[in-house]
Formats: sequence, C-alpha cells, structure tokens
Amino acid sequence: MAGALAVLNYDLVGYKRTWRGSAMSSFVLPVLFVLGFGISVGSLVNTSRLGGESYLSFLVPGMIASTALQVAFGESTWPVQTKFAWIRTYHAQIAAPLAIRDLVFGDMIFLVIRVVSTSAVFLLVTSLFGAVHSWWALVVLPACGLLGVAIAAPVFAFAATVEGSTNYFAFLQRFIVIPMSLFAGVFYPVSSLPIGVQPLAWISPLWHGVEICRAATHADHGSLWALLGHVAYLLLWAVVGLWLALRQFRRRLSD
Amino acid sequence: MPVQSPASSIAEHRVAPADAPLIYARSLVKRFGDFTAVNGIDLDVRTGESFGFLGPNGAGKSSTMRMVGCVSKPTEGTLRILGLDPAQHGVEIRAKLGVCPQQDTLDTELTVRQNLMTYARYFGIRRRVARAKADELLEFVQLAERADAKVDSLSGGMKRRVTIARALINDPEIVLLDEPTTGLDPQARHLVWERLFRLKQQGVTLVLTTHYMDEAEQLCDRLVVMDAGKIVAEGAPRELIERYSTREVLEVRFPGDDQAPYADKIANIGERVEVLPDRILLYAADGDAALVQVTDRGLHPSSVLVRRSSLEDVFLHLTGRTLVE
Repeated sequence: MAGALAVLNYDLVGYKRTWRGSAMSSFVLPVLFVLGFGISVGSLVNTSRLGGESYLSFLVPGMIASTALQVAFGESTWPVQTKFAWIRTYHAQIAAPLAIRDLVFGDMIFLVIRVVSTSAVFLLVTSLFGAVHSWWALVVLPACGLLGVAIAAPVFAFAATVEGSTNYFAFLQRFIVIPMSLFAGVFYPVSSLPIGVQPLAWISPLWHGVEICRAATHADHGSLWALLGHVAYLLLWAVVGLWLALRQFRRRLSD
Repeated sequence: MPVQSPASSIAEHRVAPADAPLIYARSLVKRFGDFTAVNGIDLDVRTGESFGFLGPNGAGKSSTMRMVGCVSKPTEGTLRILGLDPAQHGVEIRAKLGVCPQQDTLDTELTVRQNLMTYARYFGIRRRVARAKADELLEFVQLAERADAKVDSLSGGMKRRVTIARALINDPEIVLLDEPTTGLDPQARHLVWERLFRLKQQGVTLVLTTHYMDEAEQLCDRLVVMDAGKIVAEGAPRELIERYSTREVLEVRFPGDDQAPYADKIANIGERVEVLPDRILLYAADGDAALVQVTDRGLHPSSVLVRRSSLEDVFLHLTGRTLVE
C-alpha cells in the first residue's frame, strides 16, 4: 500500500502543474453544457416519461456519470501510454522497490480522486440550480468512483498493449465512448430506444452508472435490488478490468 | 562526503566471514523468443568493486543489467543479488540498488528536485530526509543551482547527472549504470566520469556497461568483454591488455584504397597484425623500433601513429571487430 501511495504522490505532484487546464475540460465545459442544454432544451421537453422530474433534474445525474466516464477514459489512455513509451515513468518505477500492483493501484487511486472530485464540484454547482432532490445524492460520488474504475481498468489493460501509434485511442473514443454517451440513457431514457438496440445500452457500464446516479439524485430512489444489480455489474467490470490491467502491465514491464 | 559507505564500513564488510559476492551469476541465460541475448555467463562482483561490461551494441550488456536490476527474469541459470534470489525478493533487492538506465526516465515536466523527491518516496524515504538528501546529491552532481528548473530545460549531460543523483537517493549498495555517457559530448562525459570516479573512491560498488574503452579503462577495476551474449575475456583493464595485446601499437596508413598487400610485407615485424579498411595495426612491444623496420624495407606509409595498446585492441583481437562501428 505504501508503494501505491508513493505512485499516487507522483501523480499528484504532476497534477498540481496541470489541474487548471484539466478542470476546464473535465468540469467547467460539461457544467455549462448541462445548464445551457438542460434549462433551454429542457423547457421544450414533455416530462411525462421522465418520472415527474424536470428535464434538468433528469439530465444532471446522467451528465455527472458521463463526465466520470470521460475523465476516466482520458486518464487511462494517453497518460498510460506516455508512462510506458515516452516519459517511461513505469520503467523508472519498477527499477525502484515497487511492485507492478503498486503502479496500477497508485494510478487507479489517482484516477478515482480525479473522477470523484470532478463529480463533487459538478454535483455542488448543479444542486444550486435545483437539479438535486435528496441528500442521497452524495451516493453519486462513490458511484462515479466505481464507474471510473469499471471504465478505466480495462482501458489501462488495453493502453498497456499499445505500442507507438495512439490512433487506437481516437478509435475507442469515436466508436465506443461517444456512442456510449449518446445511447446509454444520459440524455433520454433507454426505454425510448428501439427494443432491439436497448441491450446495447444495458451492457455498457455507463448506463448502470447513470441509473445509480439518477436513483440517488431523484426524490424517488427506485428499487434497492435494481441498484444493487447495477453496483454488482460495475464491480464485475472493475475486478475483471483490474485483473487484465495487472496482467498486461506485467507482460509489458517484465520480459 | 555526500554519499554513504565510508571506507571503514567497506573494510568491515570485507573481513566479514560471509564474503559472498554482491552479484553472483552462474550460467545465466536470457532469451527473447528465438533470440539469445545472454548466453550462459558467470559473474562475481564484490563489495567496493567497480565492475564493467564492455562490448558493442547487441552484446547482451543491457539484458544482463536488466536481470541484475531485477526487472527482467533470467531464462536459465542462477542469479543472486546481495545473496537474494531476484525471482523471490525483487522488491527487497531493488530497495538497495541505484539504477541509471540507458534511456533517461526523468519526468521532463517536473523540476529536478521534484524528480528526486518523488523518486525518494518510492523507497519510503520521508519528505524531510528526502529534501536534505536531494540537496546534498544535487550539490554532488553540481546541479544545486538548477534544483528548481524543469528537467526539460537541461542539457543531455545535466539530465544524465540528475539521473545519477536520483540513483543515489537511497544510499544504494550497488549502483548500476547502463551506458552512463552514451550520447554525451566530450565535456559532459568527463564531468560524469569525474563524479563516478568520486563515488568509486568513496567505496560505492559500481557496475557499468559501456562501449567506450576509455570509459572502461578509467572507471573499472575489473571488467568482462562481452560479444554475442558471451563473456570472451575477464580481468583488470591492464591485465587484459597485457594478456591479449602488446605494449604498443604502430598504426600505419599506406596510399591507395587497399591496405592488405602492405600488411603481408610487414606482418613478421611485430607479434601480430590487423588490417582495417583504412589502416594497418602492427602490434609490437616497441612501436618506434617497428616503424624503423618498416621504413628499412623501403615502405613509406602516408601516415604513422605509435600509441599504447588499449582495450579496443583487446576487443579487436578477441572478436575481429572494432567496438564502435
């Protein structure tokens, strides 16, 4: 654990230098987007299918989860690749008395801090606009942390296999992340998708994250069993993803 | 003295009954698929020794260093570092090593001090201790005034010195330097050598790889010459030169593209002759006397150099090739 914290310390020292820029892209833009879009377009929306909530209240938890996805994806692609191939941080770290798991867990803790802090500010600002209806909304924070790991861990594993070209990340972004953001219930209920397409939303981790966040911020929390199901599904992604990440890091770093 | 290991403690180590080598290898092999990078080498490096691997690119030096650094698993053979098996005790061993890798792994966006401080944390060194240690080491590598500069802004030689300082942050028992001066300009190389020489004088155990014979001669008490994954010779630099070469070398160049016909005419003057594309090396105890014999035979080289034998000659003799192509 001390090793993972030492790795986290390195990440935080680096982040101290870049946090302003990253706060802008990971938080300020989505918040402006959600307020502009939620309030303006929201006034045109017939809310009868949104469980009696305003469109803004419907959109906010979805956008928080979606932002968590973006931050997690961003932190687990180029930065990971950079640490393997360019700055070679990981090579420096395994020459020191650190184990591979310290590298993966240290970076993952950093990522959770990034995701949770972004979600917290997002939640705070949008609550000022009346988009949050329950103290249970704080559950959004651990939910986004879990969603972040569920997304980032398998992407870590993938990033560890990428040599040279980073086109793969742009590909992932365009063909997985963006479609997931559009079709996993962030902007409208999945039930309004054609029946045949709905399973695609159900298998995406984002939808489960959105559902947890929505249950937490809305006055009606829905079924506890459904919630536990969402948590279990995300945990599965996180655990399998971490296992894969450890395996790929080991392959890449110890020949 | 900025770095640990006063001479007295080294002496104590030496008289200790278990005078086991710090690095011990027998029949060490490293394969990557079909390619055999290291092909059955034996090593014994003792406390306070400055030990070198000399060889051309691809000889297996770096693969050996990575195994010794416990970041690469041996395919076959026995390896013990500080008496421990890297397969089981990698983390414990690495806690006592200082590593200066071939390619810099500094974070160029952080300052020099931040690089040292974050690295110190990997060894569990407390903040305050790390800060003092970083200042001391930057003094040692003559970069104290650049402590708060971004690594990005430093020259290649300065970055190298930061890496060396970083490698010393944990008072290592062994410092591994993989081609410490490759790619540096002559002035920067001399500064690095001078610092490494200071470390050696302080009794720090140095293990380094190089394809520069002058580096090996200056820094190594003992070295192995590697070629194609094998050790082809072992000994002190002077010893190797005495064993495999003559005291002096006469280098002659004859007009024209083909040196070989001249080689036949002078071959029996020295002990041995090597024909290179652009000159002939004549190995003899007395180079000037050999030159007199050459001119006595009516041959007049367009240029002439008499010099002492070097490790380059040893390498050429053992492998038929020069070190740096």
